[in-house]
Amino acid sequence: MPGGFLSSPHSARVNRVDQVMLQVCLALVPGTLALVWYFGWGILINMALATVFAVSAEALVMVLRGRPILPAISDYSAVVTALLFALTVPPTLPWWMTLLGMLFAIVIVKQLYGGIGYNPFNPAMAGYVFLLISYPVELTSWLPPDIPELLQTQDLVTLSFVESARLIFTGIMPPGITWDAITAATPLDEMRTLLDQDQVISEIRQSPLWGDFGGRGWEWVGNWFLVGGLFLLWRRIITWHIPVSFLGGLLIMAGLFWFLDPQTHPHPAFHLFSGGAILGAFFIATDPVSACTTRRGQLIYGACIGALVFVIRTWGGYPDAVAFSVLLLNIAAPMIDQYTQPRVFGQARRRA
Amino acid sequence: MFSLLKKRHLSNATGRKRKLWQFHGGVHLPEEKHLSNGKPLRDAPLPAQLVIPLQQHIGAPARACVRVGERVLKGQLIGEPEGYISAPVHASSSGLVSAIEPRAAAHPSGLQVPCVVIETDGADQWAELPEPIMDYQAADAATLRQRIRDCGVVGMGGASFPSNVKLNPGADQPIDTLIINGVECEPYISCDDLLMRGQAADIIDGISIMLRVLGAKQCLVGIEDNKPEAILAMQQAVVLAATGKVIGRPRAGETGSNQISAKQIVKGQARNAFAERIQVVKIPTLYPSGGEKQLIKILTGKEVPSHGIPAQVGIVCQNVGTAKAVADAVLRGQPLIERLVTVSGRGVAHPCNSRVRVGSLASGLIAASGGYRGALAKLVIGGPMMGFRVDSDALPVTKATNCILALTPEESPDSGEPLACIRCGRCAEVCPANLLPQQMYWHARAKNLDKTQDYNLFDCIECGCCAHVCPSHIPLVQYYRYAKTESWAREREKRASEHARERHEAREARIERLERERQSMLRRKKEAIAPKSKAPKAAASTSTGAANDQGDPKKTAIEAARKRAAEKKAAAAKVVASTSEAAPKSAASQASGSAPASAPVFADEDQH
Repeated sequence: MPGGFLSSPHSARVNRVDQVMLQVCLALVPGTLALVWYFGWGILINMALATVFAVSAEALVMVLRGRPILPAISDYSAVVTALLFALTVPPTLPWWMTLLGMLFAIVIVKQLYGGIGYNPFNPAMAGYVFLLISYPVELTSWLPPDIPELLQTQDLVTLSFVESARLIFTGIMPPGITWDAITAATPLDEMRTLLDQDQVISEIRQSPLWGDFGGRGWEWVGNWFLVGGLFLLWRRIITWHIPVSFLGGLLIMAGLFWFLDPQTHPHPAFHLFSGGAILGAFFIATDPVSACTTRRGQLIYGACIGALVFVIRTWGGYPDAVAFSVLLLNIAAPMIDQYTQPRVFGQARRRA
Repeated sequence: MFSLLKKRHLSNATGRKRKLWQFHGGVHLPEEKHLSNGKPLRDAPLPAQLVIPLQQHIGAPARACVRVGERVLKGQLIGEPEGYISAPVHASSSGLVSAIEPRAAAHPSGLQVPCVVIETDGADQWAELPEPIMDYQAADAATLRQRIRDCGVVGMGGASFPSNVKLNPGADQPIDTLIINGVECEPYISCDDLLMRGQAADIIDGISIMLRVLGAKQCLVGIEDNKPEAILAMQQAVVLAATGKVIGRPRAGETGSNQISAKQIVKGQARNAFAERIQVVKIPTLYPSGGEKQLIKILTGKEVPSHGIPAQVGIVCQNVGTAKAVADAVLRGQPLIERLVTVSGRGVAHPCNSRVRVGSLASGLIAASGGYRGALAKLVIGGPMMGFRVDSDALPVTKATNCILALTPEESPDSGEPLACIRCGRCAEVCPANLLPQQMYWHARAKNLDKTQDYNLFDCIECGCCAHVCPSHIPLVQYYRYAKTESWAREREKRASEHARERHEAREARIERLERERQSMLRRKKEAIAPKSKAPKAAASTSTGAANDQGDPKKTAIEAARKRAAEKKAAAAKVVASTSEAAPKSAASQASGSAPASAPVFADEDQH
């Protein structure tokens, strides 16, 4: 086949992959700043580390495959993978775990399947799940949000930039501080544990850990990621279908059970603003490569992820479920696409 | 009452209340029409040489009916149509035929087509034209269609399908609506815009004639809202033709033709009847609203069936340029020998629109527009979205050439090495046929042609929206063209092999049948002979009985055997003679059904 310049259209192309990816990075900024505000420098250090590892891994595979390096790394897809990964892992994650996660995501999940465009699974989420299954303790040790009132009542401390860096690179804690003093359960974790202890929601909500909807601090992170998500919608990087159906599926499931028994099931808004729901709905489930591409398919895909998130959070073995749900629906995406083809212009009904 | 009617005509003509529909997708493009649409229409200079292709239309090429060295006049027939779907070709100026030979044509393949080359003499002398049919309302539809055909009118929107064929949908497809395409949705092109501004009255005449031919109830003229002058001019012309009333403020500079036609209307009141059915509809600017199926959807909400034609939903769609050509053909007897062409792009010094004779070379037009300017990325015939790139400007303008674009590297940058598809789905968002371009690309790339057709490859109109928005800069349209061409080739191959198989099977069947016939004939002969041979035997036995009395039974037995053998021989000879004779003879005498069946098989074999 001859080069692309021969055929129409002759117009200047209006989109570019690298610009799409850069806008995704840009959209992550508000949520990232909120995360850093509440959970410290570890987030930024992880992001930098993950980016370096991911881009290096991508370059390495390109060398091994005998392909030009620059076009592959200059589409910034590896950077997006790295950033999303770093935003989901705890800010104290040892550096070598980040390396492992990125190697798994880029080399095995992305490049072994043929690189960008060919990976059936979301690389960032696959890397995260790989670590979560292999190192469950490290992956669920989160820091408490940096809210002085909260820290005092719980007798907790926060880490400075240097302390964070030292912890990540050497695993050495600041003198006189134990793990218990810097870690706290995430709101989702807390809610689960207490519900398992047969406490009811009204009792659980007495704790100062809770804000208006979800955990204090956490809910604001969700809000800021929502801002980034709206930016993506405005820039038409994503369409509304997946985020809306994702959050809709989650809300409907959570709302149904909350309606049936509000004392053992938290308010739907709690689900919305806890854990990775907003980040997942706007940034992770919308990864075009591994998601559905038909409009109706995207609605099904998103709604199933949302419903699965609720199911795993409520009855599963893990506190949060966005990564698992996304990966499960990634496998289903080609089949959903197959059965949700749009009605073509001039065809009365879709041919079976 | 009358004023009420008039008012209805006014609102009808301006189409204010009309409901519009939307098609899926589409893109907003930088229009770039300002480069050419602000300049007055010019007459392109008469070139010293005209290269007139004999195939400027869909269908069979015309056959040259002039000889080299012959002097031809302007408007003289130089190519006769071959078959129903074909169109005649006329000389666009007077001069000497210097050659009839294949020349490079403005075609994406770059193939050469037979052309009549005329060295013009500058006299521009008209040939004798057919009598104008002024009273077209009284004329018979077939006569009007014949005139349209004789004048070589083809669709001027780009597809160049013979108009008379399109205007003859057949009695089983009654036409309710005639749609006139004045959308001109491709960037840069403004020739239809200028035509509508300057010659709206002619277009209305052409529409009226087509309404007469089709017997259609209404005509909708679709024009994008980025052409307010054209919309106004067309509305004025419709109202003028329908009521004799001038609406709106006459536009400075462009009023000439309208005023002239106002005088004509006063003279010939008869034409008003058709103009009442015409409605000018302003539609939103969105590429590709000018696609035939898309425009029909916008204006009527109807969808032309996949693989179907508009006539199936009671619609015929024609371009404004075609309407003008129809008016010229019927009311003036003038064949289609010139058209408006936009020469534009930032690679020419003075982009403009001009009235160009068919057969003029693009190089001459560009020279008349001040020549090239600056760096040139590519030369495109047609618009930037669907036009095709050509390597040379020594190409003739045909009836379908609406635009010649000289694009600079800034306007048409090299899109670079395509990246992998990231399945972002933007292509599907903008596809006006609601296809899944990313899936078709995936399968076309894998040469999985059956799969591309499962994804409705042949509903693709190649508008280029998908490739335009693709963030990976994949030349999607090229993949679809490739897949279509391959599918056609495969289809042809399949048909050929199927045909060969059928022939083979037919031959086997024929041989078998002939053998069977021979056997049955033999059997019949045998049966016919058997009683005969028994009778003499009986006779012989009685005679031998008598002879027995005389003695020597052995001798008589031998005698009888000899007789039988001779008889058998004779019978066999008879059978051979009858079969070796002409088959129809035996068939006629025996099985009358077998001969007609066997004859076509022989004929079939002879043909191939």
